[in-house]
Amino acid sequence: MAHLSYLEAARRAVLAEMRADPRVFLMGQDLQTLSYADVLEEFGAERIRNTPISEAAFIGAGIGAALTGMRPIVEMACSTFLYSAMDQIANQAAKSRYMFGGQASVPLVIRATVLYAAAAAAHHSDRPWGIFAQVPGLKIVAPSSPYDVKGLLTAALRDEDPVIVFEDYTLFGERGEVPDEDYVLPIGEAALRRHGTDLTIAALAGAVPRGLSAATLLESEGFSIEVIDLRTVVPLDRALVIESVTRTGRLIAVDTAPGTCSIASELAATVAQEADHALKAPVLRVTAPDVPVPFSPDLEHLLYPTAESIAAAARQLMRYERRHYSSAVVSPPVANLSSRL
Amino acid sequence: MTPIPLFIDCAQQALPSIECLREMLRRMLRIRLFEECASKLMKESHIVGFLHNSIGQEAEIVGSCMALNDDDYMTGNHRSHGHPIGKGVSLAPLMAELLGREEGVCCGKGGSMHLAAFAAGSLGESGIVGSLMPVAVGAGLSARLRGTRQVCVCFFGDGAANCGPFHESLNLAAIWQLPVIFLCENNGYAIRSAQRQTTAVKDIAARAAAYEMPGVIVDGQDVLSVYDAVCRAVSRAREGAGPTLIEAKTYRYCEHLESPGEAPVFHYRSKAEVDVWRRRDPIELFIGALRARELLTEQEIRGVRLTTEAEVAAAAEFALSSRRPAPQALFEGVFTRPVHKEAASDGTSQLP
Repeated sequence: MAHLSYLEAARRAVLAEMRADPRVFLMGQDLQTLSYADVLEEFGAERIRNTPISEAAFIGAGIGAALTGMRPIVEMACSTFLYSAMDQIANQAAKSRYMFGGQASVPLVIRATVLYAAAAAAHHSDRPWGIFAQVPGLKIVAPSSPYDVKGLLTAALRDEDPVIVFEDYTLFGERGEVPDEDYVLPIGEAALRRHGTDLTIAALAGAVPRGLSAATLLESEGFSIEVIDLRTVVPLDRALVIESVTRTGRLIAVDTAPGTCSIASELAATVAQEADHALKAPVLRVTAPDVPVPFSPDLEHLLYPTAESIAAAARQLMRYERRHYSSAVVSPPVANLSSRL
Repeated sequence: MTPIPLFIDCAQQALPSIECLREMLRRMLRIRLFEECASKLMKESHIVGFLHNSIGQEAEIVGSCMALNDDDYMTGNHRSHGHPIGKGVSLAPLMAELLGREEGVCCGKGGSMHLAAFAAGSLGESGIVGSLMPVAVGAGLSARLRGTRQVCVCFFGDGAANCGPFHESLNLAAIWQLPVIFLCENNGYAIRSAQRQTTAVKDIAARAAAYEMPGVIVDGQDVLSVYDAVCRAVSRAREGAGPTLIEAKTYRYCEHLESPGEAPVFHYRSKAEVDVWRRRDPIELFIGALRARELLTEQEIRGVRLTTEAEVAAAAEFALSSRRPAPQALFEGVFTRPVHKEAASDGTSQLP
């Protein structure tokens, strides 16, 4: 057992898999001089490959290598850079297996840092898991702790299909206990982080600690809050959310991404369809509004769900009487900000 | 300016074996007759969607494929019925795929623009122009990392040469010296726009200089010239000397695509231009050379044609009588192992 940061836990998963499986190799910018400089001698420059800033080429090359017996890892310093290779990801990585009648699989792992809340402005601050969740054929994970990132990344590296591992920058400072030995967390299983009876908060990645803080706040006010860490976007663990809401009767779906077509929206729709009978109040989404990320921290900090905005939404639901209900989306800190745009 | 290395002189080349020549003729005829048959099946409403036929381009396809080993790779494009045929894939599952049948090479899920035959090294085809060029680079990288002597031929058109992935792929293959042969099938038109309107250079091969790799121009209607150029590029690649860009100047007689219904009339090229190219038909040119050099007898040439006609007829018969995919096939193959967690919302309950 070691006390590791989120990033170090992820790196340990990569290094362990590279030692265990000669088919695993890395591509990305500055890997030899930065994040893997200390192991360059061990693995060599053939397996730790510095690439040009040429996303379509090296992600496409990852697909070609995966189709022909290798298990490439592509590392992206910022998730918005994935857009430069959108055709490769959405048309080739995701569809090759299905479109070619199952003749070959694409065991490609894309690690992408989800940089936001960092004054990095609009081109470096998206939370794009929802965009990629619209592409059948991709698996998507977004771990929220050092323990989870090692287990889910290891699972991704052993998966036969393309997996995008979104690593949330707001969690990079988190430290936690991580076993030295090999373990795998199954892709597609959410985790119950906290038991409660009044209301379920389902959150993803960086929204999970905010949801847990909100639950602590609400506990002091006498509410019993259940918190689910989704961990995987595709396949989404709908069953756990439905089961939880069936017990609590209330759901707040939290996502740091814009609300339209978000994971929060998908959960709201799922619960409306599958657990309507159990709902004591409508489902609330607490998400970012549908705006690009502004540079000024004075503006950017208004975007994302906070413990307080989640708690405010929870209080609204606990007070709820059906005839008074009006809002479907709460965009912190001002409810219905997005509807005014 | 450094001169661009071009080698187009094939006079010195040793002729391939008679068996190889016969196989070249067979595969060129297979492509021609397969596509003629596909057009007919579309007119009879057995094939729906789109057909991008390559009739007129058979020499560059077969000349390239015959220079490869069975375990070498290739990637195609949207005009790619001929590529797996050139690599030796049997016709029946390819034709069944055009009809969307379960016994199609991709179980009916790919269709005309997405044929693939991994067992023969055909890593797939793409409806997006230029899209598979980086994938071809990855296949070359994989061969290098696994320590095999395989190469990958990347077939793309003159239209793709103006896409970002073309430039990114040539650069990546060049800096890593990967065993990739970039085979530009320059038929002069990107859909219905002439190359002079869309492309800053007269020869796509000139762009090789920007990536410090050999750029080669060949007569794409001469199967032996193409074969010779690709053989040289392949041995260069196998020796670890890196990629080559080959531009085969060729022509398609047919329209950009065929789809069911009345064919529209386009005004982007003259009948005279098409006729000029038809006089240099790659199959007729090759048969002429075989006759002139007495390499195959009339009887042998006729024999190849007759067996190929029978093969294509059998492929059409197989396709027409093969099973249609069952409804549950819709959900099969998205992932390698089925994802049961998705069952609640994958729509299976809406199946008829």
